[in-house]
Amino acid sequence: MIAESSLREPLVTGGKTVHDVTVDISSRVEDKPSKTWLLAMAVSLATLTVGAFAVASLLWEGIGMWGLNKTVGWAWDITNFVWWVGIGHAGTLISAILLLFRQRWRMSINRAAEAMTIFAVICAAMFPVLHMGRPWLGFYWALPLPNTFGSLWVNFNSPLLWDVFAISTYFSVSLVFWYIGLIPDFATIRDRATNKVSAAIYGVLSFGWDGAAKTWSHYETVALVLAGLATPLVLSVHTIVSFDFATSVIPGWHTTIFPPYFVAGAIFSGFAMVLTLLLITRKVYKLEDYITIQHIELMNIVIIITGSIVGIAYITEFFIAWYSGVEAEQYAFINRATGPYWWAYWSMMTCNVISPQLFWFKRIRTNLAATFVLSIIVNIGMWFERFVIIVTSLHRDFLPSSWAMFYPSWADVGVYLFTFGLFFTAFFLFAKFFPVINMAEVKSIIKATGEKK
Amino acid sequence: MSDKSNYIVGVFDDEDILLKGIKQVREGGVKIHEVYSPFPVHGIDDVLGYKRSNLSVVAFLFGLLGTTLALTMQIGMMTVDWPMIIGGKDYLPVPSFIPVTFELTVLLASFGMVGTFLIISNLKPWGKPKLFDKRITDDKHIMAIDLGKNKIEESAINKLLKDSGASEVNLKTL
Repeated sequence: MIAESSLREPLVTGGKTVHDVTVDISSRVEDKPSKTWLLAMAVSLATLTVGAFAVASLLWEGIGMWGLNKTVGWAWDITNFVWWVGIGHAGTLISAILLLFRQRWRMSINRAAEAMTIFAVICAAMFPVLHMGRPWLGFYWALPLPNTFGSLWVNFNSPLLWDVFAISTYFSVSLVFWYIGLIPDFATIRDRATNKVSAAIYGVLSFGWDGAAKTWSHYETVALVLAGLATPLVLSVHTIVSFDFATSVIPGWHTTIFPPYFVAGAIFSGFAMVLTLLLITRKVYKLEDYITIQHIELMNIVIIITGSIVGIAYITEFFIAWYSGVEAEQYAFINRATGPYWWAYWSMMTCNVISPQLFWFKRIRTNLAATFVLSIIVNIGMWFERFVIIVTSLHRDFLPSSWAMFYPSWADVGVYLFTFGLFFTAFFLFAKFFPVINMAEVKSIIKATGEKK
Repeated sequence: MSDKSNYIVGVFDDEDILLKGIKQVREGGVKIHEVYSPFPVHGIDDVLGYKRSNLSVVAFLFGLLGTTLALTMQIGMMTVDWPMIIGGKDYLPVPSFIPVTFELTVLLASFGMVGTFLIISNLKPWGKPKLFDKRITDDKHIMAIDLGKNKIEESAINKLLKDSGASEVNLKTL
């Protein structure tokens, strides 16, 4: 039996029974798709189609279609990559780190957050893959395979190669973690199925789950050990992404605080995206009893903590640039704030450091509309953060004659749109055909922390 | 396991009654075939007398394998097969090997453990579960008792289950 202090707010409201949880969540899967869902799906598919045209053109013509030039050789591509990977950090953080800390409020939100993680990582992976130009040869460039390029192996000194290992491990471990959690819930839907097709499909998806005590015992060990493995993993992924910059000698990138600063930023943007998506899902699926104001408030608290860490990192970078006495470093930072890209820098500062401070007010962090708007602002801010780090550090080259600006082409915009289409198509499919809340976990706490009738 | 057996199936509505029930039934000298629940019930391993799962040890061993493979691969490629000085680093740049070694350790530990879990729990896409009652994936806990493996009479077991808090007792041949 799980005991819970009577002082705590209930995590599930509305006096739900265990059976209510089954009905409330499974019926979203069993009902016919609503008009809202069809409309949302149509918009996502349209975006995906437009984006697919940009991707196809890019593969046909080559990455010269992007707005890159000799000075700014990395711009939207890697900005979008880092942005999506960052978003993909919240899911595993919620399900792994919060599991280790025994935070039970994670249980209503972990499923959707993990799904979001997986789709965000797929979107992120699009950019390095497309950046190869000829991705069908990418196996030889990115993986340690025997090849005919003079038997030269991939370079294990390169952070870009570490990224290949980090992102693919993160993706596959997150996928396994998510799927293991889904198995008992698929079994619930299988046993409720009224037609043969869904009984067969969910039968395959549920792997023949029977809920035996012995299996649950192993299952809980698996979940705990996976959480223990995923916790350093999630921290390592953005650390390694930050190495892409930090191990180089470009002023503005060559910074030792990058790993913790990137990880905090990733959690910051990930929670913001989870909030954006969950506020919509909660409203459309009427899940107010499962995702309560308390859940939203707690997520907003995570946002204000990580947002403040990011703010301190921005200030520290500036201070260290001055304190180091290195002129090139000092110039890089002064140029960020006051040079031609000042607008990007101050958009980043406003969206990431200033506006999230509004969450100190309880009335704002428990207000749904305010949370929704601020969560989108955070993600805009985090996109600008990566843009500022990447483009403003590159556009003032070592030779003033090479100084340049970056202008995105339609192909930059199109590929970015493609990832949005992909992300939302995948998320809406998930929200319709998979149980959006982890039923088995919520059922296990309903007696201890559910609101009594 | 083609032959069918007769089972007495006790249905429990609540996890705390179930835990007490399991204790009572076992104290009554009845062997329980298995208990099925819609969610993990804390403390059920102890009352059923199950040992702690050893899957964490499996994860550790697979992790060790991952570490070994990663180091062998990197040293084999960068130090033995084609040594080169890159960025002024050593032929054996140990710090450079840490990230990939870590990732492969985690990858193999996770996949090895989850694979082992699926095999020992007989979970596979084409698996057909033996369900005593469809409500176990909804809100009921089921205690199944194999009649053939118990020497106690059916009526006595029925009574014991009822006394232990079962809301229904059924006979099922599976």
